[in-house]
Amino acid sequence: MIQVEGLTKYYGEHAAIRDLAFTISQGEVIGFLGLNGAGKSTTLKVLGCVLLPTSGRVVIDGHDVVSNAHEVRQRIGYLPDVPPLYDEMTVGEYLTYVAQLRGVTSRDTASRVGEAEEKTGLRDVHGELISTLSHGYRQRVGVAQALVHKPALLILDEPTSGLDPRQIVEMRDVIRGLKGAHTVLVSSHILPEISQTCDRLLIIHKGMLVAQGTEEELAAKMGGQGAIELEVRGDKARAVEVLQRFGVVVVDRASDGLVALTVRASPDRRPQVAQAVVGAGLELLRLDQGAGQLESIFLRLTHGQEVRA
Amino acid sequence: MKALLIARRELSAYLRTLSGYVIIAVILALNGLFFNAYALGGASKRSAEVLSQFFYYSSGFTVVASVFISMRLLAEERQTGTLSLLYSSPLRDRDIVVGKFLAGLAFLALYLLCTVYMPLLVMVNGKVSFGHVAAGYLGLLLLGSASLAVGTFGSSLARNQLLAAITSAVMLVALILCWLLARITEQPLADVFSAMSLWNQHFPPFQAGLIHVRDVVYYLVVTYVALFAATRVLEARRWR
Repeated sequence: MIQVEGLTKYYGEHAAIRDLAFTISQGEVIGFLGLNGAGKSTTLKVLGCVLLPTSGRVVIDGHDVVSNAHEVRQRIGYLPDVPPLYDEMTVGEYLTYVAQLRGVTSRDTASRVGEAEEKTGLRDVHGELISTLSHGYRQRVGVAQALVHKPALLILDEPTSGLDPRQIVEMRDVIRGLKGAHTVLVSSHILPEISQTCDRLLIIHKGMLVAQGTEEELAAKMGGQGAIELEVRGDKARAVEVLQRFGVVVVDRASDGLVALTVRASPDRRPQVAQAVVGAGLELLRLDQGAGQLESIFLRLTHGQEVRA
Repeated sequence: MKALLIARRELSAYLRTLSGYVIIAVILALNGLFFNAYALGGASKRSAEVLSQFFYYSSGFTVVASVFISMRLLAEERQTGTLSLLYSSPLRDRDIVVGKFLAGLAFLALYLLCTVYMPLLVMVNGKVSFGHVAAGYLGLLLLGSASLAVGTFGSSLARNQLLAAITSAVMLVALILCWLLARITEQPLADVFSAMSLWNQHFPPFQAGLIHVRDVVYYLVVTYVALFAATRVLEARRWR
C-alpha cells in the first residue's frame, strides 16, 4: 500500500526528516509515534500530498506522490494537525462539499455523508454551524472529512490532540471501527492513545525512524523489562533510595507525603519491591504493573540513545 | 467543474459573513458620496459628461473594492489551515485559483449591480444612451477582473489577509503609476509603459462609451497573467 524509501525533507537548512524508509501493507492500522517536533506531521504532509519531499520516493498504491500526485490524492483521506474546517458552514454542508471535491458523484453524496456522520458520531450535529461546535466535535468532523469519500488510505495527524479522556476513548473506538475498510496511518505523541488501536508502531525521533514493529516485537528488541508503578506514603528520598537497586526510578508525583514512582524493572519482581518498601518503614499504598512496557521503550528510544531499527 | 465547486463555496462564505457586506456597504457609500459631490455637483453639464464622471470615480472604487474582496481568497485558507484540504484533494492548482477568482468576480459583480441606481438616475433625468452605460460597466467589470486577479496573486503570496491587501495594493498602484514612467522615459519605452498602465490608456474609452478590442484584450491578459502567477505560487508552496 505504502512504500517509503529514503524520504528526506528540508525546511531551508534544517532537515525535518532524514532518510525515512518503511512499508505499510493493505488494511494495516499503523501508529506513528514521536515527540512533538520529531517530524511526524512533515512525514504525513508528504504522504498527504500537501508537501513535496526534498528527496526520496513515496509510492502509495502504485503511484508516486511527486510524479503522479493526482492519482494519489484520489486514494487518500488526510486529516492535518489542525482540522481544515470552514466555520461558516454546517457540518452537513461541509461534508457534502468535501465529498464533491473528492469526486463523489452527486447521486452518492448524501449517503456517503450519512455514513461518515454515522461512523464518527456526528448525526446529532448534522445541521449545526461548525463555528458552534466544541473541540471534540470539530476533531470528529476532521476525521469525517477524511473518510467521507471512502479512501483506501486514511492519514490522521494527531486525531486525539486536545481531547478530554472520554473523547479520547471515543476517538479510539472510531479509529478501531475503520479497521478493515481502510489502511490507516495515525500519529500521536502520546503512546497509550494509539498502542491499543494499532497493529504496528513506527517510532520516529529527531526526523529518523528509530524503531518499528508490534508492541511485543519492540519490547523483545529492547530487552523489554517493563516497569512497576507504585505509590507510597513517606519520605521521597528514602523511597527512591530503597527502590534504586531494582532499576531506574522516576518520581511521577510527590505531594503531601504521597509519592508516586515508576521503577524500570520486570513486573516479576513486584514481591521483592513490596518487601523492600515495607522493610524500609514506608507505607505501601499501591503496587502495579507499569501501564505499558512500551512506554519505557518509547522513553528510552527518545532520550537520545543511539538505537536504530 | 471543481473550480465551480470552490467558487460556489467561496461565494456563499462571502454572503454569510459580515465582512463581505461591510466592504460593499462602505465602498458603495463612498461611491455615492463622490457621485453626488463631484459628478452631479459643480456647474451644469450634459448627461453624458455626468455619466462619464460617474465611471471615472467608480473605476477607482472598483479597484479598491477588488483589493478588499480578493484579500481573503487564498490568504485566509492558509491562515485557517484549510488549504491542506484543497492540497490533499484531487484538484489542479489552477482549479483552486480560478475557483477563488470567480467567486471574487461574482461578488464584485454584485457590488457593481448595487451601483446601477446612479446611471439610472442620469438616464431618467437626462439623456444618455443605454450603450454608453453598458460600455462603462463592461469597462468596470474588466478593470475589476484584472484588479481581482492581481489581488488573488497578492493573496497567494501573503501569510494573512492584511498583508495580502497591502501586497495587492502596492502591485496595483505600481501598475497604475506606469503612466508616470511613460512620461519620463524615451520612446519606445514610453509607449510600453503607457500601454502597461492599468488605467491611463485603457479605461477612458470605456468611460466615454467606447469599446476597443485592444483595451478588452489588455484587461484579459492582465487577468490571465496574474492568475497564472498565483497558480505558480501555489505550486511552489508545496516545495517550501
